[in-house]
Amino acid sequence: MGYKTIIEDDIDILVAGAGLGGTGAAFEARYWGKNKKIVIAEKANIDRSGAVAQGLYAINCYMGTRFGENNPEDHVRYARIDLMGMVREDLAFDMARHVDSAVHQFEEWGLPIMRNTKTGAYLREGRWQIMIHGESYKPIVAEAAKKSADKVFNRVCVTHLLMDESKENRVAGAVGFNVRTGNYHVFKSKTVICGAGGASNIFKPRSVGEGAGRVWYAPWSSGSAYGLMIEAGAKMTQMENRIVLARFKDGYGPVGAYFLHLKTYTQNCNGEEYESKWFPALQEMVGKEYLDPEASHATHRPIPTCLRNHAIINEVNAGRGPIHMVTMEAFQDPHLEEIGWHNFLGMTVGQAVLWAATDVDPKYENPELTTSEPYVMGSHATGCGAWCSGPEDVSPEEYFWGYNRMTTIEGLFGAGDAVGGTPHAFSSGSFTEGRLSAKAACKYIDDGKAEGIRVTDAQINRRKEEIYKPLETYTVGRNEIVAGSVNPNYINPRQGLDRLQKLMDEYCGGFGVNYMTNDKLLSIGLKKMAILGEDLEKVAAEDIHELLRAWELKHRFLTSESVFQHTMFRKETRWPGYYYRGDAMKVDDENWHVLTVSRRDPKTGEYTMEKAPLYHLVGDIEDKDLAKLKAEGHH
Amino acid sequence: MPTFVYMTRCDGCGQCVDICPSDIMHIDKTLRRAYNIEPNMCWECYSCVKACPHHAIDVRGYADFAPLGHSVRVHRDEEKGTIAWRIKFRNGKKDMELLAPITTKPWGTGHYDLASEPAPSKEVVDTELLFNEPKYVAMNDNALATLESNGLEIKEGVYY
Repeated sequence: MGYKTIIEDDIDILVAGAGLGGTGAAFEARYWGKNKKIVIAEKANIDRSGAVAQGLYAINCYMGTRFGENNPEDHVRYARIDLMGMVREDLAFDMARHVDSAVHQFEEWGLPIMRNTKTGAYLREGRWQIMIHGESYKPIVAEAAKKSADKVFNRVCVTHLLMDESKENRVAGAVGFNVRTGNYHVFKSKTVICGAGGASNIFKPRSVGEGAGRVWYAPWSSGSAYGLMIEAGAKMTQMENRIVLARFKDGYGPVGAYFLHLKTYTQNCNGEEYESKWFPALQEMVGKEYLDPEASHATHRPIPTCLRNHAIINEVNAGRGPIHMVTMEAFQDPHLEEIGWHNFLGMTVGQAVLWAATDVDPKYENPELTTSEPYVMGSHATGCGAWCSGPEDVSPEEYFWGYNRMTTIEGLFGAGDAVGGTPHAFSSGSFTEGRLSAKAACKYIDDGKAEGIRVTDAQINRRKEEIYKPLETYTVGRNEIVAGSVNPNYINPRQGLDRLQKLMDEYCGGFGVNYMTNDKLLSIGLKKMAILGEDLEKVAAEDIHELLRAWELKHRFLTSESVFQHTMFRKETRWPGYYYRGDAMKVDDENWHVLTVSRRDPKTGEYTMEKAPLYHLVGDIEDKDLAKLKAEGHH
Repeated sequence: MPTFVYMTRCDGCGQCVDICPSDIMHIDKTLRRAYNIEPNMCWECYSCVKACPHHAIDVRGYADFAPLGHSVRVHRDEEKGTIAWRIKFRNGKKDMELLAPITTKPWGTGHYDLASEPAPSKEVVDTELLFNEPKYVAMNDNALATLESNGLEIKEGVYY
């Protein structure tokens, strides 16, 4: 193979993956590290990479403290009840107290944020969401990162982290390859900020064939945040907490603006409200503490998203599907109709394409909703990711190990999907986490924590061999057969992905089994995963593009294995509507009011699981209304 | 398929190849024009459609659920700071034109160069503040929120 080895040495801060989290890190690092060498490695082009590549029509995490709207602790309460109690409140509070400063900078950079013409405040879609014309959100933010970085390596897929050989469990950079030239890239760095993405396409998608790319989260979100960190031995948290989205059918167009701004609502096929009738039985499952419709109606406390999914799933199973979004009322207002369409064009064009193709005019027809296949990620309304240190002034001692957002590997930081326990960060919160990581990484270096790092050629060469092995496997096995993709000695990345998705769907609670699993199914699934792992040693790549798919698949595999382990460990059904443990169908606060933490031993591949306590920073009384209700005997 | 490229409009410039987040727009070696090599990894994100200087790229909805005969076209203009859409339904009854701003400033002029900002003092380095904070949090002189300032305290960790 004629690929060159290109070594970038003496890096202080390497940003691996530059979506909103990574761009935030690169931007901020320049301020705290004036003379530091800041380098970005991104598998696509940072102008259009990550989950925000297509744009957004809303910023879903904005406190509005300048307009007297919310305090950080209000957001912690919100995220906590939505996640059925399971959040790192220290991290969530920290993100929330900084996030507005990120949004105000976006506006200065040229991001069009809509204003409420009466109050002058940003136009609210909901309590936490503000509306933007965000078609160019990503290129605008990328510009800030490009100004700060010394070098941007576009089209370099990072496959592994480099580890220090003089001190155990300390990061030393990363390696990968250029998906166009094929060249091998070595980044020797004092710190790494992992800004890579969460995982779409690990569970079998509802779409078949060509439409497999119309997943809710971007198809290029390949779980690399987790693949990179798990492989290196970082501790992970809440990986069982996959998310299922109730979205417009097939196109997965967003519903937030529809519910919150256009005031549309859902009904079953008979035009009936269906949600409330599932709540009494659901309350038996989860307890009044997590589902109290009366309290929710009277206050700002939301009904957890998973529980609303549960009602949809059960109503459809009872034979009264499909669930419709009632748009016909709102869309009579031409202004609201226009917003409805702009909402898609700004962030999910495919939904507009689908409605144009199927002649669905929401003015005259109520479109169908469905629940999606599950996704594993840490920035939207769920909190999968690495177990990270919090900030010194907020975190309990147990959750502070020197540097904000540092993982359990020294010098390895996270942002966005990479950080566990901080749901509801969304784009602005992910950017904020990147900023926090960057400041902490600079401090880590200035404190002398990155002295004496040693990376041998042996490690670099070993990784090189590993990275290109799928090309080698193809070359060797290809000539045994006449033509085609069926080969007794290897599978291609698509074949491997198909097997992974089927396995995850059937054994780990995908849509195909109505999100149901149990201990037995998980045990069988894990055995099959181990064999898939062996076969992935024989994954073959015909060219450099397939090599990219091969490594994305390996990252998805590591993510999925972790999801299996965590799902098996948490013996309860914490999030009905996201998944069900058929052998433990209730929320079990007595045993599982905890965060789950795992570590995969990099040498043996063995998993160890532990429980970590939840530290509550804020009380559960959100406002006066709820306090009043409590006084009247509600929870 | 989802994106596809019109033979007569593409000149093989490679703008789409450069921008595609999924690495699926490639140049056909024989025809020297771009095409989508992996439609089932296409998100219909329109990054390539917007980037094409010749409007040579279009989208045909996913074959497994979108019937033929629709059109969603776009023209993105950085100089004007706008994006213009046109949506045509399969039945020809709906034909919409929609326009939105993409920026409020001449492209790229609103950003700051952090390297030329005055260096933060040692005291600031040791605080929890980020660049432009605390001012930019609430656009006033209020200090950054802490547990103390917000009347919160860490309760003992619970496993219950």
